[in-house]
Amino acid sequence: MRAIYKNELRSYATNVTAYVFGAFILLFAGIYTFVYNLGHQVVNFEYVPGSMPYIFLVAVPILTMKVIAEERKQRTDQLLYSLPVSMTKIITGKYLAMLTVFAVPNLIICTYPLILKQYGHVNLLTSYSSMLGFFCLGAALMAVGMFISSLTESQPVAAGICFITMLVNYYLSSLMSFVSGTAKASMQALVVSALVIGALIYIMTKSAEAALGVAVVLDAIIVITYRMDSSKYEGLMAKVIDKLCLFDRFHSFYEGRFDLTVLIFYATVIGVFLFLTVQSMEKRRWS
Amino acid sequence: MIEVRNLTKIYGDHAAVSDLTFTIEKGQIYGFLGPNGAGKSTTMNMMTGCLAATGGEVRIGGYDIVEQPSQAKKLIGYLPEIPPLYPDLTPAEYLRFVAEAKGVAKKDIPAQIAHAMEVTQTFDVKDRLCKNLSKGYKQRVGIAQALLGDPEVIILDEPTVGLDPKQIIEIRDLIRQLGKDHTVILSSHILSEVQAVCQTILIINRGKLVACDTAENLENFFSGKFRLELSCDCSLGKALSIAEGMQDLQVADKKEGEGKCLLTLTTDREDADDVCREIFFAFSKAGTALLAMKSSKATLEDVFMKLTNSEEEAAAEEIPAEETAGEEALADVSVQEATPADAAEKETEDESHL
Repeated sequence: MRAIYKNELRSYATNVTAYVFGAFILLFAGIYTFVYNLGHQVVNFEYVPGSMPYIFLVAVPILTMKVIAEERKQRTDQLLYSLPVSMTKIITGKYLAMLTVFAVPNLIICTYPLILKQYGHVNLLTSYSSMLGFFCLGAALMAVGMFISSLTESQPVAAGICFITMLVNYYLSSLMSFVSGTAKASMQALVVSALVIGALIYIMTKSAEAALGVAVVLDAIIVITYRMDSSKYEGLMAKVIDKLCLFDRFHSFYEGRFDLTVLIFYATVIGVFLFLTVQSMEKRRWS
Repeated sequence: MIEVRNLTKIYGDHAAVSDLTFTIEKGQIYGFLGPNGAGKSTTMNMMTGCLAATGGEVRIGGYDIVEQPSQAKKLIGYLPEIPPLYPDLTPAEYLRFVAEAKGVAKKDIPAQIAHAMEVTQTFDVKDRLCKNLSKGYKQRVGIAQALLGDPEVIILDEPTVGLDPKQIIEIRDLIRQLGKDHTVILSSHILSEVQAVCQTILIINRGKLVACDTAENLENFFSGKFRLELSCDCSLGKALSIAEGMQDLQVADKKEGEGKCLLTLTTDREDADDVCREIFFAFSKAGTALLAMKSSKATLEDVFMKLTNSEEEAAAEEIPAEETAGEEALADVSVQEATPADAAEKETEDESHL
C-alpha cells in the first residue's frame, strides 16, 4: 500500500493536473478571503470555505479523472492485478495519495485565519470546523470521482460523467422543489428508485436473481409501509434526496455549526465508494 | 511447481479456454504455442491471477491463486502482452516502485534492481522516461520488472512480438539465460521461437491443450514416417502398381500430370536411404524413369499445422454435439489427456481423409 501511495504521489508531483487543482482551490480561497474578510471586514472565516463547494464541480473531475482510467488505458492495471497486494490496499493507497494532494491547498488555506488573527478578531473555532467540513466534503466527492474513473478507460469520459454527477448532486435539492411532495408521489418515486437500484445491481453483477430480489423486496417494503401509514410518505422523497445531497449537508458548517452526523455521513460515502471502486476493479478480473 | 487443473474461461457463450490441465515442473523453459486467439493470453492471465477462471484451479507452489493470492503471486513474475510501464516514470523509478509493491525488503531493493537491470541490459536507459523507450527496451524493462522479488516462475506473454530480428535474438538469449535460474513459461504463435528456446512445448488450440511434450518427441511421434515425393515418367496407374508391389510403403497422395505423375509415399521405416534405393531400383526394373525424388521428415511446423487443423475439423464436426453438455464433457476428457500418441492417431485419421 505504501508503494502504491508513494508512486501515486510521485505521479501527481510530476503531473500538471495536481498543480492546476491546487492553484484552482487557492485562487478561489484567496478571492473569497479578500472579499469577505479583507473587503467586508467579516470576522467569520467560515464564509470562505462555505462559499467554495461549487468549485468541486470542476476540481474533483480534474483530480480524479485519471486515477484509474489511465491505468486501464496504459494497461498498467495488469501489473496491479498481478502484484501480491490486495485490490483494497491498492485502491486505498491511491485514494490516500489523492487526499494528500487535496490536503496541501487545504493546509495552506488553514494558515489564513491565523494570519488574519494578527490584524484583528477571527472566530478560529468555526473557521477550522468549517475547513474540516470542507475537506471531508471534498474527500467524499473524490471517492465518488474515483469510482467513476474506474468505470471507463477514457479520462475525458470519466471527467464528463464525474462533472455531470457533481452537477446533479449540487442542484439536487433545487430540482427536488419541482417534484410533487404528496405521499402518493413520494411512494411512486421510491418504487421507481428501488427499480433503478435493481437495474444497477443487474448491470454490475449480471445476476438477474439478485437484482430482481432486491427490487422486489424494497418495493414490497415501500408498498406495505405506505398502506399502513401513508402520512409518513408526505414529502419523504424530497427528504431522502436532501439527505443524499453531499453539498447540501455541508451547509451547517457554513453556518458555523459543527455537525458530527454530517462527518459520519461523509465517511460512510467514502467507505461505500471505495468499496464500489474495489468491486469495479475486481469485476474486471472476473469478466 | 505450477498445477493447472480443468481450467476453464467462458465469455458469454464462447469458451476461450476449456478444461485445460497440465503441470509445470521446476527449472525448465516451457513454450505455449498456439495460433492467434487460441487462449494463450487468457490462460496466462488466469495463471497469474489477473483474470478469474470460470472453473478449475491454478496452484503455484501449492498455493491456490484465488484463495492465497499474495503467497502465490510472490512466486511469479509476469510480463503481460503489453509491458505495463508507467510512461512518466524512468525505468529506475519504475523498478523501484514494483520492487516496493512486491514487498521486497528495503535493503535488498538496490541489489535486486541492479541484478534485474544487468540481466536485461537496461542500465543504459535507466534515467530515460519509459514513454521515450524503444519497443525492445520497453520489453526488457517489462522483463526486469518480472524478475524483481526473485520469483521462481517467470511468465512471459509473447515477449518478442513487435521486435526487430536482432532484438528477437537478444530477447531469446535473455530467456535462455533466465531459464538457468528460473522456470520460464513463454507464449508465442511463432513456432521457430518456441522450438529455439523451449524444452517443453504445450500446443493450445481453441482453448484446448492438444499436445504437451518436448520438441524432439513431438517431431518424432509425428514423423515416425518419412515422406517421399516422387515424380515418375509414366502414367499414374503404372506408378501405383510399382509402388504397391513394394513392402512398407503407403500412398499418401497421387496426382496425374501431362505424361507424368506425382506420388507421395510414406513409410514407417527408419532407414530413409534404403527406402529410396529400393524405390529407385524398383522403378528402373520396370523401365520407368524417376524424374525427381525428395524425402522429407515432418517438422514441428507440420505437427503444429496438423494438430491445429485437425482440431478445427473436429470442432466443426462437434458443433451439433456441443449442444448437449454430456457429450461435450466426454470430448473434453479425450482432449485434455491428449498425448502425442493421441495426436499421432489423429494424424493417421487425417491421412485417411486424404
